[in-house]
Amino acid sequence: MNPDIIKQHGLTPQEYQEILKILGRQPTMVELGIFSVMWSEHCSYKSSRIYLKKLPTKGKQVICGPGENAGIVDIGDGLCVVFKMESHNHPSMIEPYQGAATGVGGILRDVFTMGARPIALLNSLRFGDPLHPKTSHLVNGVVAGIAGYGNCMGIPTVGGEVYFDECYNGNILVNAMCVGVARKDQIFYAKAAGIGNPVIYVGSKTGRDGIHGATMASDVFGEGSEEKRPTVQVGDPFAEKLVMEACLELMQGRDVVGIQDMGAAGLTCSSLEMAGKGGVGIEMDLAHVPLREKKMTSYEIMLSESQERMFLVAKKGTEKKILKLFHKWDLDAAVVGKVVKGNEVVIRNHGKIEGVLPTMPITEKAPVYRRPVKKPAYIKDVQKLNLDEIVGAGFSRPNLPHIRGARTAPLHYNDILKKILSSPNIASKKWVYQQYDHMVGTNTVVLPGSDAAVVRLKEPHTGGKLTRKGLAITSDCNSRYCYLDPRMGGMIAVAEAARNIVCSGGQPLAATDCLNFGNPENPEIMWQFKEALIGIGKACEFFKTPIVSGNVSFYNESKEGAIFPTPTIGMVGLLEDINHHCTQWFKEEGDVVVLLGAQTTPLQDLGGSEYLKVIHNLVIGSPPRLNLKKEKLVQQTLLKALRKGWIRSTHDCSEGGLAVALAECCISGPKIFGVDVDVGVGHRAHPNKGDHGGSPLHNIATLFAETQSRIVVSVQERHLQSFLKFATLQKCPASRIGIVTKKNLKINSLINISEKELEKFWKESFEQCVAS
Amino acid sequence: MKFGIVTFPGSNCDWDCYHLATHILKQKSVFIWHKETKLPKIDVCILPGGFSYGDYLRTGAIARFSPVMNEVVKFAHAGGKVVGICNGFQVLTEAGLLPGVLMRNSGLKFICDTVSLKVENNQSFFTKNYPSKSLVNMPIAHGEGNYFADESILDRLEGEGRVLFRYHPKNPNGSQRNIAGIINEKGNVLGMMPHPERCAELALGNEDGKKLFESLL
Repeated sequence: MNPDIIKQHGLTPQEYQEILKILGRQPTMVELGIFSVMWSEHCSYKSSRIYLKKLPTKGKQVICGPGENAGIVDIGDGLCVVFKMESHNHPSMIEPYQGAATGVGGILRDVFTMGARPIALLNSLRFGDPLHPKTSHLVNGVVAGIAGYGNCMGIPTVGGEVYFDECYNGNILVNAMCVGVARKDQIFYAKAAGIGNPVIYVGSKTGRDGIHGATMASDVFGEGSEEKRPTVQVGDPFAEKLVMEACLELMQGRDVVGIQDMGAAGLTCSSLEMAGKGGVGIEMDLAHVPLREKKMTSYEIMLSESQERMFLVAKKGTEKKILKLFHKWDLDAAVVGKVVKGNEVVIRNHGKIEGVLPTMPITEKAPVYRRPVKKPAYIKDVQKLNLDEIVGAGFSRPNLPHIRGARTAPLHYNDILKKILSSPNIASKKWVYQQYDHMVGTNTVVLPGSDAAVVRLKEPHTGGKLTRKGLAITSDCNSRYCYLDPRMGGMIAVAEAARNIVCSGGQPLAATDCLNFGNPENPEIMWQFKEALIGIGKACEFFKTPIVSGNVSFYNESKEGAIFPTPTIGMVGLLEDINHHCTQWFKEEGDVVVLLGAQTTPLQDLGGSEYLKVIHNLVIGSPPRLNLKKEKLVQQTLLKALRKGWIRSTHDCSEGGLAVALAECCISGPKIFGVDVDVGVGHRAHPNKGDHGGSPLHNIATLFAETQSRIVVSVQERHLQSFLKFATLQKCPASRIGIVTKKNLKINSLINISEKELEKFWKESFEQCVAS
Repeated sequence: MKFGIVTFPGSNCDWDCYHLATHILKQKSVFIWHKETKLPKIDVCILPGGFSYGDYLRTGAIARFSPVMNEVVKFAHAGGKVVGICNGFQVLTEAGLLPGVLMRNSGLKFICDTVSLKVENNQSFFTKNYPSKSLVNMPIAHGEGNYFADESILDRLEGEGRVLFRYHPKNPNGSQRNIAGIINEKGNVLGMMPHPERCAELALGNEDGKKLFESLL
């Protein structure tokens, strides 16, 4: 075999030698294509596997952990929740609409493949600098693509995140998460079994689209990447709707043995994995595969990534019945082969043998690399933070001569707050989520725009089971923290997800991760990966939220460099009673505002903050320290108080700190309020300065430091004493900091600004940023 | 009372309507597959929201040719009550049961939001439980809700009191004369872009849509 062809297939010379060993001969072109895809980073996890193995994946609630199409968690009442998050970064960078749309399509299939009816979609998006010439086009395309697919499928898109940073200029991130609900007694796995059982293909016809998509996703972006546009698939949500309804109808019965969607590497991946997991062989004749184009080669058929296709093994004798059901939904379906003894997938085309592949070595013995790691040189530099020099400069000196690219702050705290609220990272994302149907299904009890979305469970998701339960769902990651300290950043991502779940009334249950990093062949990237996973593992262990599914996306780089490490955490929480849900916005004038959790804001918690980025254009310092024990105490105290019915609103302090959290409590709800609060100015650290007379630096920290484990809560006056007493009993710090008012946001004597003005900045900036 | 809910292959609000009819209104309801050539005995026929046949062409353009629509047209002509919500409204205009068309939103983007509507006429089968000229909040979720008809049709609709709902005070999609929902000449066929079935219970924070269905009982 010509070394160039091997290289074009993304295989190293050593990997090719391994193939020769496994087969005992030269591979055919079809076989080489199959190895190329199955051993790509995207399908094989060859660089990440040794670290993924260390993540906590077990718990008494876990029915199925990583390794299947999606994770499954028991929620009682005979029901389970099935979920996963997956990246579609590379296709979305090249063709934003279709890339994002098919990302949604793929994650939906992963969930309904297991017998679960999808109940909610989320997505976590990262774009470059809003002013970068490509950003607006990418944002518009990605959002429209997600909307186009999810809306047509009738699955509500209920939440997610959108962040901007220059590090994503050349490589955006599109991570889609789907949550489904299944009856515990109707779960299906991707496993072939039963010699002689038919193998059935159903869904869209196979075309030439997306050939080698998985290999593309395992490479960095370079010159000419956009020429890879033909390898981006085109989505057909209507076809997927038919496939989903037909499969869910079929799975009500007992005729399906195993089922798998055709995602990356299409027919290749699904047949090899199903046979491999079942310890059986599969014989297929590609002549039976429904084709969109004439004269497709076996190579093309096996590697096509045409969307909306499923691969299933059924009980012998049910073929006719199953094909009839698929035809009722006007779908193409055909028996393409059968389960056989042995451990080989035999591919024929009109009877002629095109490939004979042993399943185990391909799926189980894919290469595993322990890639070198090295602590990056930048860490030491960025963690140096001289706040006096930076923040002090904003008030006392006209510029910052020592730090390249740094900007000075406006002179008034009001202006600083306005500027931060207008940052597209903080501003209202309504422009985004109003393009998504987030209400279809009439289950969305907490709509997008609060800490975590909440959905209730009823027909048809519950399959006849009765329940009062609901699910809280969120996705979180502060990649700036992960860049500055990947371990702490990973921990905070998990903690924040759990905090958001709790703020909406849920008990954190389990998580999925979508790990977006640069080139793993670079030891510094591998170090970021290793560190982030240690942090995630530690926090998941502590919160008892095992990782039940996930995805790794490496090679997120362009010629401008690697992205910030972005390990997105998707989390699902359980509400035993849907009526215990809560939202982030204030409800009534006169309610008392309580700060739950950390009462002081150390100066160093300005590290990695939105303040430093937006106001001074700096990404420096160490992220705020997270104390897992304190975090859990705050969360559990709040959850119990919520169930007692004392709490009217809860909102966690994250990007932008206390000032932004308070502003959002005032302006994000259906009715706009003001607030009047008085908090100590970095007080315990500087008791002498008095409550209102802190130095500019301490004032800035009080307002904008992103100290962890803090939640702003509002309660009715009549519940205040019970709540505070209860918090004391739990040993959870809590203090009354103010009151909900009709107008104006007032914080100490530092900030006093009209709620209407804040609302305007917060509501209008996002659209201004990305309008095209 | 029995509701029949038509399921086109791409309908996705069919279960929402089913939930409303059976669990909120406590009435009987039945799904009707789009390939049916005969309707069961029903009192109200709902054409639910969704993307009937993917709607890659014009919304509802293919749905009107599905076998069940012949029966729905017959049912309507015989005086049966028909409610088309969102995509259902689009199908009704394509099928000729209601005048006008629904074009792309003036902003060219899909919009999902809760909007304020004015009940313009409470003398219909569908609105008799609403106070006259009352304001209600209902969700919308569509990319093509921009109602268009020529001036003479619009004048006639207004003159005959056939505009039941109007966007007020803000028009989200550019529809002519802020029209959100209309009825046919006989008053037994309603088409509307807002989703009353999404706001018919306190669990979802809004009951404004419930009265529409209660008016029919």
